[in-house]
Parts: sequence; C-alpha cells; structure tokens
Amino acid sequence: MREISVELITNTVAGLCREANLDLGEDMLALIKEAVSKEESPLGRSFLESLLENAGLARRKELALCQDTGMVVVFAELGQELHITGGDFNAAVSEGVRRGYRENYFRRSVVKDPFLRENTGDNTPPVIYVQVVPGDRLRLTVMPKGFGSENKGQVAMLTPAQGKEGVKEFVLKTVSQAAAGSCPPVVVGVGVGGTMEYAALLAKRALLRPAGTKHQRADLRELEKELLAAVNNLGIGPQGLGGRRTALAVQVEVYPTHIAGLPCAVNLSCHCLRHKTKIL
Amino acid sequence: MEAVQRVDLPLTPQKVRELQAGTPVRLFGEILTARDAAHRRMVQALSRGEELPVLLKNTLIYYTGPCPARKGEVIGAAGPTTSSRMDTYTPRLLAEGLLGMMGKGDRSPAVIEAMKEYGAVYLAAPGGAGALLAGKITRAAAVAYEDLGPEAVFRLEVADFPAVVAIDIFGNNLYRRGRRKYARSGG
Repeated sequence: MREISVELITNTVAGLCREANLDLGEDMLALIKEAVSKEESPLGRSFLESLLENAGLARRKELALCQDTGMVVVFAELGQELHITGGDFNAAVSEGVRRGYRENYFRRSVVKDPFLRENTGDNTPPVIYVQVVPGDRLRLTVMPKGFGSENKGQVAMLTPAQGKEGVKEFVLKTVSQAAAGSCPPVVVGVGVGGTMEYAALLAKRALLRPAGTKHQRADLRELEKELLAAVNNLGIGPQGLGGRRTALAVQVEVYPTHIAGLPCAVNLSCHCLRHKTKIL
Repeated sequence: MEAVQRVDLPLTPQKVRELQAGTPVRLFGEILTARDAAHRRMVQALSRGEELPVLLKNTLIYYTGPCPARKGEVIGAAGPTTSSRMDTYTPRLLAEGLLGMMGKGDRSPAVIEAMKEYGAVYLAAPGGAGALLAGKITRAAAVAYEDLGPEAVFRLEVADFPAVVAIDIFGNNLYRRGRRKYARSGG
C-alpha cells in the first residue's frame, strides 16, 4: 500500500495557504479584466482596475491580496489505497495552516468559541471535508474564505413546486440583500438538492470550479446564464456603488434530493476568490 | 468620474461639509483604526462613564483589521471591512465628536440620521485591495486594546490613500443613487 507522511501533508497545506493568499488565479484575473471592458460606471471601472493592480502588488511584494485571509476550508480527497503514516491527519492539516499563516504574516481571524470570541492566535482550526475516493492519491484543496461575503450566504428549503423559478427568486433575493456588504463583483455559488447542509456544501464546491467555467449540462448552463444576467441587472455594481457588473460568474451544482424537497443554498465569494490544489 | 479631491487630516466640520457623495478623494495624514471588538469596548467604556484610550474628536476611524507587518515593513494588507457591523455602536461615537468613518458597504438609516445630526461623513475604501492600500500607509502603531491582535486600535499615517465619499453629511447616499442608476428590468 502506498504511504505518505503527515509531514508531507503539513508542508503541502502550509504551501497552499501561502499561494492561495498571495496569488489570485488566472481565471479570476481574466474575469476581472473582462469586467473592466464591460462596466459602464466610471467609478466601477476604476475600482476594477485597482483590483488588477492589487493582484500584481500582492504577488510582487508577497503581501496578502486581502487582509481578510479568511477561515481556511480544506477539501481532501483521500484515495482508499493510501496509508497516512506518522500521526493524525486532522492535526497535520491544522499544523499546516498554523505554519502557513505564521510564516507569511497572514491575519489570524479565528476565535476559539463563537460566544466567548477569544482569538486562537494561529488561524486554526480549519474546516476540513474528507471524501474517500478510489486510488492511492491525496488531493488537497485549500480555500481561505473571507467573511465579508461568507456572512451574506443563505439556505432555503424550497418546495418541489417552486422549482427553477423558486431557485432563481431565492438567488436574486440573496444577492440583492447582500449588496455592497459581500464585496462585489462576486462569484455566486449555488447548490441545489441533497439535504439542508449538503446544499450548502454544494454551493461552496461550486465556487471551487475554475471561475467562469460553464456547467456541463445544457439546462444548468442556461440557468447559470440567466441568473448572471438577472443578478447584473440589479445595478449593485462593483463595491455596491452602482454598476453593471455585480457578479463575475454564477456557478450551479446539483445533487439528487428527496421527493418532498428542493434544498437550495447560495454561497457568495467576493472578487478575491482564492483556492489552490495539490495532488500528493 | 468627478475630479479627485485631496483631503488633509485631521478633519474639521468645515472640511467635512464640503465632501459630497460621489466625489473620489485621496487622504493625507493621521487616522485611527477600529473594528468590531474595539467598537464594543469603546461603547462599553463610555456607558460606564470612563474615558476612551484615544480621543475621537475630529478624527476619522478606518474599519480594518490589518495583517501583521513583515519585518522591515510598515503594515500587512489593510483593506476595509464591512461597515454595517459597526452600525450599532456608531451613533454613540459620533456623539464623541468623530467626524469621519471609512469602510465598505452601506450604513443603517439610524447611522445616516446620526451622521446628519452630528455632521459626519462616510467614505468607501476599495474593498479587497489590501495589498494596494498597505502601500498607502506610511506609519502604523497600536495605540489601544493591543490584546485584541488584529482588532486593536492603530494610529495610521496615510498618504494618497484612495476612497470615495459614499454618504455625505446631508444624507446623500451613493449606494442607493448608484444602484438606481444602473438597475435594469429583468432582474
């Protein structure tokens, strides 16, 4: 059986934390550039241009793209033929976050308890999702999630009768209420199906798709396109100061669900959508 | 876009009166930072009749929790956080003579009423441009509540710091005006 050590996992997570916070992906840069060319508001255009400058500076000066370096969400796909040696997997991932944030001077944004609110001082713990898959590899994705946009997400348990129209209405309502607070232009992750918590996870996974890629299913591609147009017609615009680019992309993921339900979740990301992946 | 206006700090009631919603500005001078936990502490202190560790009169509070500075640097990434979380505390601080606030996102009707009453202005800084804004900060020192880490109160010296007047002392609101202007049917 193939083996990997917890040290390798720690080092990999630390490296991914660094990369994700310093380097905005080419997918996001391409979407922002496109938005610059399409935005009608002069104030909005100048803001979008400053984001491109910000991304260049972050890379060159090794400064975090955004001071909200987020709560870290880790998605692990663990091959069932792989054996992890030398310690505890979750502790190794946490140690990677601790090291990645300390060594790169990223902000510690996590509190120990939601009521007592004392900072943990090292940005741990992360939120970890593990899926067991065939094979002997470990695929690690690190997503630092900023809370300006995370705070604006919503879940709704719609009825089957509400169908696609109900989903559209809910997505629009969520983005409309989020407005400037979600740091637009946003990427909208939509999860439909499963159970209540699974819809929310689907919405977050939708944000992991390369930004701007279309769904493989034609009907969902059409839904994404309609939603993007409708969201941009809200007029919220870059930073919520008015404009034609409120969202850069809408990405939908679906899953089978119960005969009685239509769970729907919206997870928003600001224009600083960051995630990096490595396969061990 | 309107011409960019230079604003030298500290603010005065007269300078604030001249700032109109929609005007892009560049800030020069000293500002304070405070976010959720520092606001809570300041308002609790005031309600107990205690003095604040910093003077708010004629100052501008920037809602940010910066990243720590690398060795040899002034500060880490330092963009604005969502201002509405401060709404509950803001009217009490305006009563102390605070003249300006800077963050991202719209404010509550109660805050806007208090801004009109006390003659204070609200600026929007470019959210998510933390690396860019760090370069506009020339000096930074924690001056209160250092135990709060990134939520401590810092005194910052800024130069050419970009923002836009989002809500002026007359209650003109760029968030509402801008959204109305660019909304289309089919939404």
